[in-house]
Amino acid sequence: MNFPWLTTLLVLPLVGALVVALLPRGSASVRPVALGFSLLTLAVAVGATTQYSIGSGEQFQLTEIYPWIPQFGVSYALGVDGISLSMILLGLVLVPICIVAAWDDVPATDRRQHTYFALMLALTSMIVGVFAAIDVFLFYVFFEAMLIPVYFLIGMFGGARRARAATTFLLYSLAGGLIMLVAVIALYLAGPRGTEGFLVSNLVGLDLSVEAGRWLFLGFFLAFAIKAPMWPVHTWLPLAAEQARPATSVLLVGVLDKVGTYGMIRFCLSFFPEASQWATPLILVLALASMIIGAFLAINQDDMLRLIAYTSVSHFGFIVMGIFAFTTVTQAGATLYMVNHGFTTAGLFLVAGMLIARRGSRDIRDFGGWQRVTPLIAGALLVSGLSGLALPGLNSFVSEFMVIVGLFERHPWIGVLAATGVIWAATYILVMYKRIATGPRPELDVPDMTGREKFVVAPIIAAFLVLGFFPKPVLDLLEPAVQQTLQHVGISDPAPAIDTTTAEGSGR
Amino acid sequence: MADLFTAPEIDFVGLLPMLIVFVGGLVGCLVEGFAGRAQRYAVQVPLAVATLVLAFVALVVLAPDHQGITGAGTVALDGPAQLLQGLIVVLALLGMLVMAERLGGQQPDAFTQSGASAPGSAEEAYAGRLGATTTEVFPLTLLSVGGMMLFVSANDLLLLFIALEVLSLPLYILTGLARRRRLLSQEASLKYFLLGSFSSAFFLFGAVLLYGFAGSMRLDEIAAAISSTAGMDGLLVPGILLVAVGLLFKVGAVPFHAWTPDVYQGAPTPVTGFMAACTKVAAFGAMLRLFYVAVEGARLEWQPVVATVAALSMVVGAVLSVVQTDVKRILAYSSIAHAGFILTGLVSMDQAGISSTMFYLATYGFMTIPAFAIVALVRSSGTEATQIGQWSGLGRRAPWLSAGFTFLMLAFAGIPLTSGFTGKFAVFAAAISQGYAWLAVIGVLASAVTAYIYFALVVRMWLGDEAGDTQVAAPSLLTIFAIVAGVAVTLGLGIMPSPLLDLAQSTSVFLR
Repeated sequence: MNFPWLTTLLVLPLVGALVVALLPRGSASVRPVALGFSLLTLAVAVGATTQYSIGSGEQFQLTEIYPWIPQFGVSYALGVDGISLSMILLGLVLVPICIVAAWDDVPATDRRQHTYFALMLALTSMIVGVFAAIDVFLFYVFFEAMLIPVYFLIGMFGGARRARAATTFLLYSLAGGLIMLVAVIALYLAGPRGTEGFLVSNLVGLDLSVEAGRWLFLGFFLAFAIKAPMWPVHTWLPLAAEQARPATSVLLVGVLDKVGTYGMIRFCLSFFPEASQWATPLILVLALASMIIGAFLAINQDDMLRLIAYTSVSHFGFIVMGIFAFTTVTQAGATLYMVNHGFTTAGLFLVAGMLIARRGSRDIRDFGGWQRVTPLIAGALLVSGLSGLALPGLNSFVSEFMVIVGLFERHPWIGVLAATGVIWAATYILVMYKRIATGPRPELDVPDMTGREKFVVAPIIAAFLVLGFFPKPVLDLLEPAVQQTLQHVGISDPAPAIDTTTAEGSGR
Repeated sequence: MADLFTAPEIDFVGLLPMLIVFVGGLVGCLVEGFAGRAQRYAVQVPLAVATLVLAFVALVVLAPDHQGITGAGTVALDGPAQLLQGLIVVLALLGMLVMAERLGGQQPDAFTQSGASAPGSAEEAYAGRLGATTTEVFPLTLLSVGGMMLFVSANDLLLLFIALEVLSLPLYILTGLARRRRLLSQEASLKYFLLGSFSSAFFLFGAVLLYGFAGSMRLDEIAAAISSTAGMDGLLVPGILLVAVGLLFKVGAVPFHAWTPDVYQGAPTPVTGFMAACTKVAAFGAMLRLFYVAVEGARLEWQPVVATVAALSMVVGAVLSVVQTDVKRILAYSSIAHAGFILTGLVSMDQAGISSTMFYLATYGFMTIPAFAIVALVRSSGTEATQIGQWSGLGRRAPWLSAGFTFLMLAFAGIPLTSGFTGKFAVFAAAISQGYAWLAVIGVLASAVTAYIYFALVVRMWLGDEAGDTQVAAPSLLTIFAIVAGVAVTLGLGIMPSPLLDLAQSTSVFLR
C-alpha cells in the first residue's frame, strides 16, 4: 500500500528518456528500449489501478505528500481520483501505440531518433505528473513544463512550417499559463497559506468574496480554454496539428489538451463554485459555438490533419457543455468523452498518418479511391471516423448520448442545438471518407497495412468496441469523482434524475 | 570645545571581507607596475581568484558573528548586506573566470592590448607587436567588486555615493576595453561614463535635499526625521526621487535605461556578464536599504512612482527585446525587463519583498553570467558572432553549448523547474500579497512577450539552417567551469530552492 505508485509512474518514463538519450550513436535499440519503457510504465499503471478502490471515502487515493518548498507552501503531492486515474491510463495506453506508430518517423541518422523518442518519454512523465498532481503549484509546474517537450517535438520533427507552429503553440499556452499563475498565487494568498497552502484539499471551499472568486475563475478558465481548445482561442491547434507528426498530435490533442477540461472540473468548479455558475451561460454559448464552428470548419477541409484538429475543437465543445450542464449524467458523460475522444483522435490521426506516409501529401484532393488500393487502412479510417461521429456501438456514442440527454434536462434548447452536432459530425466524417477512399482506383502502387501498423490499429479499435459496448467499469470509476465535484459546486441533479445505468442501457 | 573627539568604533573583523577585496585590488595594481609582461597573467588571475575566495571564506566564517552597525553609523553589516555581499563575491568569481579566458592565446581574449590608444592607430599596432597585456582588468574588477560590497552595506548617503563611484569608475574603463569592434566599445564607454556621471549628480543632489530635510546623511536618522517632521515634503519627496534616479539608472530601469543596450553591446562580453549580474545585485541592495530603512515612512509618496517604473521597465524591456537582432542587445533589453520584475518584488514593502528581491537577484545573476560567457564563444571570422542570423543551426555544430544556452533561455523565460520560474514566483507572490496584482499581471504578460524572443533564438539555434562561417571557440576549463556552475545553480534553484529561500528569509531583516 505504501509503494509510491505515482512517483514510479512519474520517474520511470523520465529514466527511460535519459537511457534512450544516452544510448550510443547509431544504436539500433533506441526504439525497442523506448517501447519497453513505455510498456513497463503501462504495466505499473495497471498495477496502480488494482490498488485503487472504487467507492472509498477518500477523494484522492494512492496519495504521496511531502514538503517541497515549504517557504512557498508547496508540497510534492500526488494522488488520483477516478477522473485523473482514467486520464493517466488513457495516456499510458496511447504512448506505446504512438511509439509503434512513430517507428519509422525519424531516420536513425545522427542522434535525431534518440531525441525524438526521448522527448516522447519525457512527455509521458509530464502527462502523469499533470494529472496526478494534487498540489496546485505542482500542477502548474507540470502544466508549463510539458510545453517544452511538445515544443521540441513539433519544432524539430514537424513539417515545413514547424517553427511557426511550435512557436504559436508555445506562446498561446504560455500566455494562458502565466495569467493562471497570477490566479494561482492569489488563490494561495486567499487560502489558509502555511507550508501546505497549495494542496488542493486546503483550497476547496474557501470563503472567497464574489468578486475575487470571479476574477480567479477567469484566470484559471482562460488557461484551460486555450488548452482545451475552445473557440475563439483555438487557432493554435490546427496549425500545430497540421505541422506535428501524427504521433505527437495524438499525445497533444488526445491526452494533453484534456488538461484543459480536466482543469475546469478539478479547479474551476471545485474552487470557484459561485463563479462557475455565474459564468455558465457564457461558457455554454462558447462551447456550443466551438462545437458548431469546429464542425463547419472541418467540413470540406482539404488538409487531412487540420480536419481532424477541427473535429477535436468540435468534440471539446461537447465536453465543455457536458461539464457546465452540472448534472451527474452530463459530467459523467463528459469525462467519459474525454477518454473516448483520446482513442478516437488517436485512430484518426494515426490512420491519417499512414495515408500521408504513402501518398506524401496531406491534401485530401490528392487522394481518392484508396479503398481499392489499401482496403485495410481505408477500413480503419472508416471505423475511426464512425467512432468520431458517435455511431451506436462505438465508444463516443455512449458519452455523446449522456451529454445530450443531460443537456435536455437542464437546457432544452441547447440540447436541441447540441444534438445537431451529430449531423455535422456525420457530414464531415463521411465527406472526408468519400473523398479519400471512394472513387476510381488511383494509379498507385502502395502497400496496404503492414504488420506494425496492424499493431497500432488493433488496440485502438478494440478500445472503441469495449468502450462502446461495456463502458460500465470506466463509468464506475468516473462517477464518484463526478459526484464529488458536483457536491463542491453545490448543485443537485434536476428532477427527475436519470440513473446513469439507465442512460447507458438505452445507449446500447 | 565641550565635546571631546571620540574615535568611532570600527569593527574591522566585520569589514574584513571588503578589506580583503580592496587590498587584493591594490596589490593587483602593484603587480601591474612591477611584474614583467610575461608573468602578469600568471600572477593576476590566481591573485584575483584567491582574493575573492578568501573574501567569501571570511564572509561565511566571520560575518554571522559580526553583525551590527559600525564606522560611526555609516556601515550596516546586517543580514541583507552580508547575503548580498556573498552573492556579489560568488558572481564576481564566476565573472572573473570568464574574463580570464584566453582561448589558446597569450592574454585574455576579450580585451584589447592597448585600451588608451585610438582604434586602428600605429600605437595600437605597436602595442600588439610588443605583446602588451591587459591584465589590469583584474584589479579593476576587484576594486569595482569592493565598491559593490560597500554599496550594499552603506548606511549613509555620502558613503553610498562614494561606493557608487568606486564601483562605477572601473566599470566605465572596463567597458571601453573590448578587443574587437573597438570604436563601438569606446563609444559605449563614453556613453556610460557621461550618463553615469549625470545620474551620480542626480543622486548627490537628492542626497543634499535629504540632508536639508533631516539634518543628517544617515539612513536611520532620515527615517527618524520622517516620522517626527511634518511639512517639509518639498525637500523630502524630491530628495527621495532624485536619489532613486541615481540607483534606478544603475539597474537600467525605464526611463533611465537608454544606456543599457549600447553599453551591453559595446562592452567586452565577459564584462557585460559581470556588469549585468553584479551591478544589479549591488544597486538593488542599496535600493532595498534606502527604501526599507530610510524612507519607508514616506512610502505613500514614492511607492506609486516605483510601481510605475517597474511596470514601464517590464513593458518597454519586453516589447523592445522582440525587435532586436543582436543577441547581446536581446539580453540587454531582457535585463531591463528583469529589472522591472525585481522592482515588482521590491515595491511590495514587506519582508517577503526583501527576501524575494534577494532571491531573484541570485537567480538572475547565475543565469546571466553563463549566458554571456556562451555568447563570447560563438565566433565568426575572428569576431564574436552576435547577430541572431549567425546563430542559425548552432545546435548541430555545438550541441552541448546550445543545450546549455537553451536551458538558460528557458530560465530567462521563467519556465518551471528553472530558477527563473522560482524567482518570478517569489516576486509576484510578494507583489500580489501587498495588493499589486495589476503589477503581477503586467509582469506575466511581459514574460510571455519576452518568451517569444528567447524561443525565437532557440528556434534559430536548433531548427535553422547552418550559418556559413559561424564557429564555436573551444573554451578552457575556466569558462567551462563558470558555465557549468551557472547552469547547475539555475537548475538547482529551480528544483530545490528551499535552502536559498530559507537563507534569504532568515537574513531579510535590516538593522536600523
